[in-house]
Amino acid sequence: MKVIGLLIVILTGALLVYATVDFPPWGDPTSPASTHLSPHYIEKTMEETSVPNIVTAVLADYRGFDTMFETTVIFGAGVACFFLLRVLRREGPEQRLYRHTLTDMTIRIKDGSKMPADLDEFERIDTLWTPRDLIVTTICRLLIPFIQLFALYVIAHGHHSPGGGFQGGVILGASIILLAISHDMRTALKRMREKLNGLLCATGVFIYAGTGALCLLFGLNFLDYSALASILHVDPVTARSHGILIVEIGVGVAVMATMIWIYNNVSSSGKYDEGL
Amino acid sequence: MSELLATLVAKYNYWIYIALMMIGLYAIIAKNNLVKKIVGMNIFQTAIILFYVSIGAKKGATIPIIEHGHGEEVHGAASHVVHAVDYINPLPHVLMLTAIVVAVATLGVALALAVKVHDKYKTLEEDEILAQLRKK
Repeated sequence: MKVIGLLIVILTGALLVYATVDFPPWGDPTSPASTHLSPHYIEKTMEETSVPNIVTAVLADYRGFDTMFETTVIFGAGVACFFLLRVLRREGPEQRLYRHTLTDMTIRIKDGSKMPADLDEFERIDTLWTPRDLIVTTICRLLIPFIQLFALYVIAHGHHSPGGGFQGGVILGASIILLAISHDMRTALKRMREKLNGLLCATGVFIYAGTGALCLLFGLNFLDYSALASILHVDPVTARSHGILIVEIGVGVAVMATMIWIYNNVSSSGKYDEGL
Repeated sequence: MSELLATLVAKYNYWIYIALMMIGLYAIIAKNNLVKKIVGMNIFQTAIILFYVSIGAKKGATIPIIEHGHGEEVHGAASHVVHAVDYINPLPHVLMLTAIVVAVATLGVALALAVKVHDKYKTLEEDEILAQLRKK
């Protein structure tokens, strides 16, 4: 198997190297990829959409359909992870673990028993080895708000600098995942409940598709944001810029929720306790 | 000889991506462990992403964000004419931007499937799984 595999790989590689003879040299301004469509995008984006970042304009406006279905693919991946892994019924006897935060002593409570009276000093944990490191916890708690602020900047400033819904959404998702890693999953789930997460995931796709459908209602093509000019009270060119922002927010929400959803399911193999 | 050198300098970027792609493809075909196969799939995707981004490069051009100042009228497109040679090709960047996030999502699904396989067969080695399947 390994020899056959190596032969196939070398054959494919050799064919591809042979094909590079016909490729344009690196950085050639007259290469086929840079001559047909892309000059139109570069030269006309400003007057057609008033968005200086051409990548954002092409992503959310010229190729809006593509991006909409990419978002749907991400949503589908989140849902697939959920249905593959999520275990709703817990196995084994019901028991709860509590840790005394001051002395690190752990107590186990079998089902039917009373909980400790002084709950402020106890935190509930899922497994005996759930780590608790004061330095890591504090530093992450300090960092997370700034990470989220930066993520919002990346989404909102995607028109003028590198950024947009995908990047900002991933950073937002990473901030919650950092919370789950540095504290425990119970803390992260308190901030971002599973139901809310699934809802946000669908809401993001809905914002995107809904904006497109709204344009359809105003009598123009699907995802032609200039139709929104009448409700936004701006000229059609600026309306396209605003439409791109709305769609990017939808993408950001969907991507953030999906990243957290996939992490929660895969890291705990669907049990939503301390899996890692 | 100098002709060969000129081709090498002009095309070596493609050969790097081909080498990366071959590593990924070999891992997908020949590795026994399912997680290593998934890692191979990701190396393959990285090769494709680098290939696309390098297609978009232009000598002497800058990132595809049209130069503009803050505060001034943004839609005054007539103020300066935009030349296509000054900015690199935005299209490959758009395609790869979505491809990266989709790659993460597919990685999640692949890992979820690997977790399921491990739950059922208690192993991630392909030959052991096949042996268990043949026993039944």
